[in-house]
Amino acid sequence: MRHTVYEEHYNALPGPDNITREVLENGITVLTRSNFNSPTLSIKGYLHSGSFFDPDDKLGLSYLTALGLMNGTANYNFQGLYNEIESVGASLNFSSGTLTTSFSAHCLSEDLSLLLGLISESLRSPTFPQKEFNRQKMQMLTALAIRSQDTASMASLLFDKVIYSGHPYERPEEGYTETIQAIEQEDIEDFYQRTFGPRGMVIAIVGAVEPQQAVDAVKNTLGDWVNEAQRQLPDIPAATPISETTRKNLSIHGKSQADIVMGSLAPERLSPDYQSLRISNNILGEFGMMGRLGHRVREEAGLAYYAYSSLSVSIGPGAWEMIAGVNPDNIEQTIALITEEVRRFVSEPVSEQELDDSKSFFLGRMPLILESNSGVAISLLNIERFNLGMNYFIEYPKQIQAVTAQNVLDSSRKYLNPDRLGIAFAGP
Amino acid sequence: MVNKLTFNQLPNGLTVHLKEIHTAPIISTWVWYRVGSRNETRGHTGISHWVEHMQFKGTEKYPAGYLDREISRVGGIWNAMTYLDWTTYFTTLPAHINEISLSMEADRMDNSRFEPGEVNLERTVVISEREGKENQPLFLLGEAVQRAAFSSHPYRYEVIGLKKDLQTLTREDLYQHYKQYYRPGNAVLAIAGDFDTETMLDKVNTFFGDIPAGQESEITIPEDLRPDKEKKITVTGPGETSYVQIAYRAPSANNPDFFALTVLDSLLTGPSSLNMFGSGGTTNKTSRLYRALVEGEIAVSCYGSLQATQDPYLYTINLTVHPSHTPETVLNAVDKEIARVLSSPVTKPEIARAIKQAKALFAYSSENISNQAFWLGYATMFASYDWFTNYVDHLAKVTPEKVLEIAQSYLASDNRVVGFYTPEERKN
Repeated sequence: MRHTVYEEHYNALPGPDNITREVLENGITVLTRSNFNSPTLSIKGYLHSGSFFDPDDKLGLSYLTALGLMNGTANYNFQGLYNEIESVGASLNFSSGTLTTSFSAHCLSEDLSLLLGLISESLRSPTFPQKEFNRQKMQMLTALAIRSQDTASMASLLFDKVIYSGHPYERPEEGYTETIQAIEQEDIEDFYQRTFGPRGMVIAIVGAVEPQQAVDAVKNTLGDWVNEAQRQLPDIPAATPISETTRKNLSIHGKSQADIVMGSLAPERLSPDYQSLRISNNILGEFGMMGRLGHRVREEAGLAYYAYSSLSVSIGPGAWEMIAGVNPDNIEQTIALITEEVRRFVSEPVSEQELDDSKSFFLGRMPLILESNSGVAISLLNIERFNLGMNYFIEYPKQIQAVTAQNVLDSSRKYLNPDRLGIAFAGP
Repeated sequence: MVNKLTFNQLPNGLTVHLKEIHTAPIISTWVWYRVGSRNETRGHTGISHWVEHMQFKGTEKYPAGYLDREISRVGGIWNAMTYLDWTTYFTTLPAHINEISLSMEADRMDNSRFEPGEVNLERTVVISEREGKENQPLFLLGEAVQRAAFSSHPYRYEVIGLKKDLQTLTREDLYQHYKQYYRPGNAVLAIAGDFDTETMLDKVNTFFGDIPAGQESEITIPEDLRPDKEKKITVTGPGETSYVQIAYRAPSANNPDFFALTVLDSLLTGPSSLNMFGSGGTTNKTSRLYRALVEGEIAVSCYGSLQATQDPYLYTINLTVHPSHTPETVLNAVDKEIARVLSSPVTKPEIARAIKQAKALFAYSSENISNQAFWLGYATMFASYDWFTNYVDHLAKVTPEKVLEIAQSYLASDNRVVGFYTPEERKN
């Protein structure tokens, strides 16, 4: 196997020699890496607040809270805050996931202090004004009305209902129309007070800035933030795999195409099976023109524009999904083809050529991922979140190379069973 | 950092643009052909896009699947896009293996097979792609508006083409289209990344120098006069949400008015990102239409779109209607804002702000090698590379008087098509 790409790029890899990491007294971890190739910066981070804390009847609370952070702060109203950002051509946004609330900013390096100041304002002194809250709630309800017409989104929601049945992960972060309608401005304020705080927060700054300057700028803006009331994330329960193939479908009037999502549970990011499952997924539905699934469903059968697989892993149970968009007349044929491919995948080892190709893909792709400031920032956040170690990129080739065809077969069998698939589709 | 730029033309007519960038061990290679839906005739809509699909089906030298594997196994990215004026193919690869992209692009410029079996399989794939688009209300609305906005120019059809044409186009139609437009004189090869220019020029000569120049064919694009009265159309379809699209006939990219309209668009609906890849861009919360319509709770979202095209195309303003309002109210509110531009001209500071935003967006566009290679070729499809490098300077020359003049000229109601998408009444 060739490792030329990785070796050529070795000195440029993020590692202990060029990543600066500092933990502030209030618990914020700062990671920085300099890159002076362009006069720009990527600032990304997260804190431990998310939809996991949402009550069932107010699902979407975390999502609306994150959106509301920039509606007004102690020192800025909505227009004032966005005027600062847009006047310098920068961007800043907050979003909520299941376990984290994230932020992402992009700016010229000369605007670092401005952007960090605005991140701090939004995180520490949001005022959640009533008028803006009402507007955002209506925007959210419209977004949900649009979602209800989107075959891909609805198939994905149904799929989560099937494989995470009874588990908190079955709930969509955006909530439902009735749960959004139930949320009031006071709920947002209360949610913010209970779940936002510096403990466990991580911020990565990558681009045209000296590391110490970046660390100092974070210290100056967020270093004295405290919130004694900040709740800890509870442990995430395990999910129980389904015992037989289970289907759900939804009819959406007037659509031309149906979307199919099928698959099963996957382990969490820190599972020892992680790297072999990445390779499995790559061979099954990612490599080249969407792997074996793309070859079978698109190239050989001409049934779909897209047919691929995707592995989502984080903290708690993940998901391994096979996805296709097809003419409604071809739903059953496509499900049968994908099921057949899954059956073949767990019955016999992948070929040495497929394994070698896939390993080579993961090693070769790394310089492209790490080319941009935002790509490096995301990688630094992952290293911190999953405690992968500063040597992660240096050790990475060994982890990839260690995977065998038998590992691929064993790990796939562990999580994927053609007779116990979750199958969801939405279409006309 | 100054990157070496080289412009060249081979004896067979192929234009070559090279830019050395040594920030990462990556090379991005793009081949641009001056063919898109603009070159299509009645009954043959969608043919350029379908030809693009067929270009991935292999040649004698590189059978289908071979390149997909070769490029993917080094972690490379390859894809293609078809638009109004152009079709482009790109690969971004680790530098040491880049030769394969030259060899492959040279080969498929002249030697694609278009096997009948492959053509038929791809027919259902392309139709499936269209059906996926038909699921989106904004596609249905945009297609109808485009159709109404032109009476004879091929810009009146969506790039994907009409379904009836996709059902009837033949292998011979596709092959003839390929042979007519895929030749060196109709193409621009743009390469940016980690290479030595002299060595790269030698390689380009080796791979592309022997391709026959081919016969330049006379093509006549039917002209479409500026509309003389406003058109209104309504599309009904599934869903609960209404949309408005207002499409003004816009100047071509080469017309000096284009830059003044860009400034006006920035003020009305927010600045547009210059990036195809990676982050960049900013929000539009301080734009005039956002403030009046979204903050005014008449619309839920708004954005503008001005495309750089060879012939006059469309400047569109797109709005999602607030559930408590009607498309008519939204249109009235937009008209009120346009009247405001006409009665109280924009100020110098507003223009200065738009230029500052453009400068930042311009800096983001230099973050990534694929983006730089993109611009190296893209700008030549409707103007020249100078168009891109002088972009900010052109904007800086725009005066308040010029903005007023182009607002009066282009944003006149007799120069537009207004499209409403309204949810159809459900039959019980």
